[in-house]
Order: sequence, then structure tokens, then C-alpha cells
Amino acid sequence: MDFLTLIQVLDSTVRLATPLLLACLAGLFSERSGIIDIGLEGKMLAAAFFSAAIAYVSGSVWMGLLAGIAASMAFSFIHGLASITFRGNQLISGVALNFLASGVTVLIAQDWFGQGGRTPSLLAGGRFEPITLPFAEALRDVPVLGPLYYELISGHTILVYVAFLMVPLTWWVLFQTRFGLRLRAVGEAPEAVDTAGVSVVGLRFAAIVIAGVLCGLAGSYLSTGLQAGFVREMTAGRGYIALAALIFAKWRPWYALWACLLFGLLQAVALRYQNIDLGAFVIPVQVMDALPYILTVVILAGFVGRAIPPRAGGEPYVKER
Amino acid sequence: MDRMPGWADAVLVPLISLLLAAILSALVILAIGENPIDALQLMVEGTLMRSAGWGYMLYYATNFMFTGLAVAVAFHARLFNIGGEGQAMIGGLGVALVCLYIPFPHWTLALLGATAGAIVFGAAWALIPAYLQAKRGSHIVITTIMFNFIAAALLNYVLVNLLKPVGAMDPASATFPATTHLPSFQDMFATADTPLFRGSPANVSFFLALAACVVVWLLIWRTRLGYEIRSQGFSESAAKYAGISPVRVIVIAMLISGGLAGMMAINTTQGEAERLILNMTEGAGFIGIAVALMGRNHPFGIFLAAMLFGFLYQGGAELALWTNIPRELITVIQALVILFTGALDNMVRMPLERVFLGLRRRDAR
Repeated sequence: MDFLTLIQVLDSTVRLATPLLLACLAGLFSERSGIIDIGLEGKMLAAAFFSAAIAYVSGSVWMGLLAGIAASMAFSFIHGLASITFRGNQLISGVALNFLASGVTVLIAQDWFGQGGRTPSLLAGGRFEPITLPFAEALRDVPVLGPLYYELISGHTILVYVAFLMVPLTWWVLFQTRFGLRLRAVGEAPEAVDTAGVSVVGLRFAAIVIAGVLCGLAGSYLSTGLQAGFVREMTAGRGYIALAALIFAKWRPWYALWACLLFGLLQAVALRYQNIDLGAFVIPVQVMDALPYILTVVILAGFVGRAIPPRAGGEPYVKER
Repeated sequence: MDRMPGWADAVLVPLISLLLAAILSALVILAIGENPIDALQLMVEGTLMRSAGWGYMLYYATNFMFTGLAVAVAFHARLFNIGGEGQAMIGGLGVALVCLYIPFPHWTLALLGATAGAIVFGAAWALIPAYLQAKRGSHIVITTIMFNFIAAALLNYVLVNLLKPVGAMDPASATFPATTHLPSFQDMFATADTPLFRGSPANVSFFLALAACVVVWLLIWRTRLGYEIRSQGFSESAAKYAGISPVRVIVIAMLISGGLAGMMAINTTQGEAERLILNMTEGAGFIGIAVALMGRNHPFGIFLAAMLFGFLYQGGAELALWTNIPRELITVIQALVILFTGALDNMVRMPLERVFLGLRRRDAR
């Protein structure tokens, strides 16, 4: 493998890791506040569709982005209603939302565009364009660093940079602000937060609203950045991989970045090479597909470090009377 | 006691939830410019008014009974098994291996063999998540989701690289030998004069599903093991205090659950396709969740819910054929049913409880 191929694989890794990272951070906020969210997939899918649809109709990708975030937040709100207000089962609510997104997107796409559950291809203006960072063209011919800067760091859409900036921002919000401290507390010991006179319901709703925005960005990136338009089931299990990355990262932002890059790399390699011939034996492409899930199970099993979820995760908070 | 009567809890709450889901579905149909009444009429005509429609409905219902029972058995031990889809896929692999490589003289023996294959393979796929939950506390929901994806990759690999006949294009196994053919409803009930169930896939495994409902009922409410499973579900600490080993109950409940999920492959793989195909589960593993929730984890409720979803599936196909309503409408209905009967249960229950309490107070006065 020569240098340029390596750069290209890494470039593709960054692209593929972006939606995982945004969804993973969404899950991080939600689960740190004690709300388990297996509806990441559904929220991303809904956002992907509404972004592409509105971007196509209005011709503006920014309108599309807003619509995607709104759709994702609407799903978040249903999840909050079910799991916070009515103290229902958070897992079941997440499963329901995934199915709802999978059905509703195709239903509306068919009704609006009549193209078998997809949106028409987005033209320029309807999707995010790559940004060439300053000096990228000039430095292109510098050996090693030039291609590295031009191919790998420059030339992505804005949402990629936003996703990567979200990592330090998430770390800062969760670990350096009062809001973050309370949010983490409400996921570990909601009764203590309640005793201190802070609203458990309010904090948890705040967390899932943030999760909604981040999932909206992730979905919007899929249909207006990574690809030009929506196709049915285009999230293709990314929400679940993000969930896996979250566990892999043990619910911490910087680890989430590395986990998502690792899973992105696996996807990029699987996409480029199909079956990998190592001479002695061949790694079939299905192994690459399954590897994120297998790694997560290994981590969950506690053989490689222990993944301990927030203590109050999944349990509705009932005030004592 | 501040509670509402048992019948209201068992019948009224699910019915109201179902009604809410139905009203929202009707609104969805209205929103895409179709008439919900006409749609319902079309569904009834295409499903209940002709025997082939019944044949399809019972075929789907067979799948849903198996996967619904699978989810329910796990629910009784307070385990949420989302892995029915993966367990069914691997169960299908078991069915295919048995049917392809063991020469059966008669379909009855083939059915026995395939059942054993489906149960063993499906249960084996549930074993690792069960063990990890019981011994290492890894959350079963997450591990079973992961195992669904691993199962899909594994099935894909096995079909493409191992079971696909040489020269074939689509990723599917060879067709099973003729002696493994299960009698379809057409074979059983149609005569020369009355061509019943023509071309529909319902087959003898429907009766196997009915038997499974009875066996699960006996297991849960009439055996020591069932008692242990339910105790574990009510309170793990109490069960432990009574000398019931949580590890044992969790593993056994998940093995039964996985075995039941695997059994749906008898219907789709041996009964219908007669070869192993990539999309053999048709999403039935997930519908099991909706069916179990709606059926209140009771085999009779699951039977009714499976029939309803069988009707929706076949009706949805009719709608897709004759109107502009895509099949995904059924996914939306399924989602709404799970949402209302599962997650938003309290939204219906709380006001209803208040009504009953109000009535009781008035009586007492």
C-alpha cells in the first residue's frame, strides 16, 4: 500500500466516522443523563430524509439542515414524552422510534417525490460543498505534509469540522460547566440532584434536546454531505454502530472520537478492499462488517477493561411521596 | 387497593392503545391523500374474503407467533430480547443444514429434524448474550442488537462462500430435497372441486406454532421452571432469597427464547422458500416485540396479536398492489403499536386508573 492510498483510506475514514461521531456524542449526552437512547438510528434516518427533502424543495442546504434538526428533535421529544414524562420503558420507546422513522421516511418520500421512497438527487446548493482550507492548494506539492493537509485535513464539508469540534465542546460542557456536572449527576443519582433542588425532568429533557440536535446534524450530513440525496434505510445501522462506539468509549467524549475513528476505518477498509488477501488466508468482507459489533461485545463482556454505564441509566425517576 | 380491576388492565388498556395507534394510522393514510375507510375495506377484501388471503395471513401469523412467544418468554424473566431477528437467521441456518445434509424418507421426520435444528441453532445464538448478562452483567439489549448484526454478516458469509451452489448468482442455498417439502394448506385442504388456499404459503408449521403457544402457556404457568422465570421477573432479589439461581434462570429463559425465535425459520425456510435465502426473516424478529407487547406476554394474547399483524401484513401487500400506499405503512403501524402499548403505556393507564378510582369512590359513598 503506497502513501497516497493510505491517505485516501484515512480520508474516507474521516468522512465515514463523522456521522458515527455526531450520533455517538448525541448518545453520550442522553445516556449520561440517564436516558438510554437506542433510537439514534431512527433520529438520524428522519433527519437524513427531511434534510434532503427540504434542501431539494427549497434549493438551500441550510434550510435542509434546519428541517433535519427539527425532525430529529421531534423524535427526541416523543422519546422524552415516553421515557421521562410517562416513565415508560426507554428501550421499547427507542425501538418504536426506529421503526417509525424507517416507515415514515419512505411513506412521505413516496408521497412527495414518487421515486420509490427516495428523494431526487440534490444539485449544487442543495448539498454541502467541500471546503478547501487556506494554503491547501499552495502546499499541495510539498512532500508528505502536502497531500496530508490537502487530502486528509482540507476538502471536507463544514459538518465534518463541526463534528470534530463537538468533541472538545462536549468534553468542556460535560466536565467543566455546572450544567455538565448536574447532567452527569442526574444520570448517576437523580435523587441527589432532586434533593439539591434541581429539576430532574428539566435536565433530562435538556440532554435529549442536545441529543436531538446532534442526531439531526448526523442525519443531515448523511444525505446532504456524504451523499447527494436520501435513499431508504440510508443510515444502514450507523445508529447502532454509534451505540457500540459509545460503549467502546465508556461514555467519554475523547474516547468516543477514537472509537468512531476506529469504526470509521473499518468501514472505509471494507468499502475499498472487499476481501482482504493476507497471503496465508483471506479475511472476508463480512468479518469487517461484523467487527465493530464483535469488538463491542468483547468490551461489554468486560474482558478488555470494564464498561460501566451511568448508574441510573434506563430507570425512570419517581419522586418519593 | 388503589388499583383498577384485572380485566381493565388486561383488555381495556391494550384495546385503547390499539385504538390510538389505529387513529394515528388513519391520519397518516389521510395525510398521503388516500381514504382510510377504503384502505381498510381493501385490506379486509384482500385478506379475509378469499382463502388465498387467509393463506398468506396465517403464514405471516405463524412467524409472528414464534417470535412473539420468544420475546414474551424473555420478558417474563424481565429480559428484553431484541435478538429474535438474529436468532431466527441462525435458526434458518440450522433448518437448512438439516434439510440439505440429512436424507429424510418422509416430511414428518424432516419436520422433526428441522425443528431440532432450528431450536438448537437459535438457542445457541442466544447463549452468549444470556451468559454475558447472567455472569458479567453486560446489558442483554445491547448484546442481542450486536448479535443481530453479527448474525446477518455470518449468514451472508455462509450463503455467499459456502452454501451457494456453483454457478448460482443470488446468495441462496441449493433447493432442499423434495422429501423435506412440508404440506401446504393447499395440499391439505384443497380438493379438485374446491381450490382452497391456492398458491398461498401457509403450511403445516402453523399448527406447530399453535402447539408452541400451548406449550409456552404450560411452561410459564404450570411448571416449576415457569414459576422460577416469573419470580426472577418480579424481583431478582426475592427469587434469589427463595433459592432460585438468577444465572440459571436467565440462561434457560434466553435459550427457550432463542429456540422459539429460531423455530420461525421452519415456516419461512422449509415451509415456504424451500431453500435458505438472505432475507429469510422478513423482519419478523422485530415484529415479535410488538406482538408480545400487545398480547401482554400471554400466549393467547400473542395468538390474537399475531393474527392481527398477519392481517396487517397481507392487507399491506394488497394496499401496495392496488393503491399508492407503500408497504412501509405497516412499519408505521407496527411502530405506533409498539409505542402506545409498550412505551406510552402509562399515558393510557394513568387516566384510566383515575376514572376507575373515581367510580369506586362514588360507589363507596
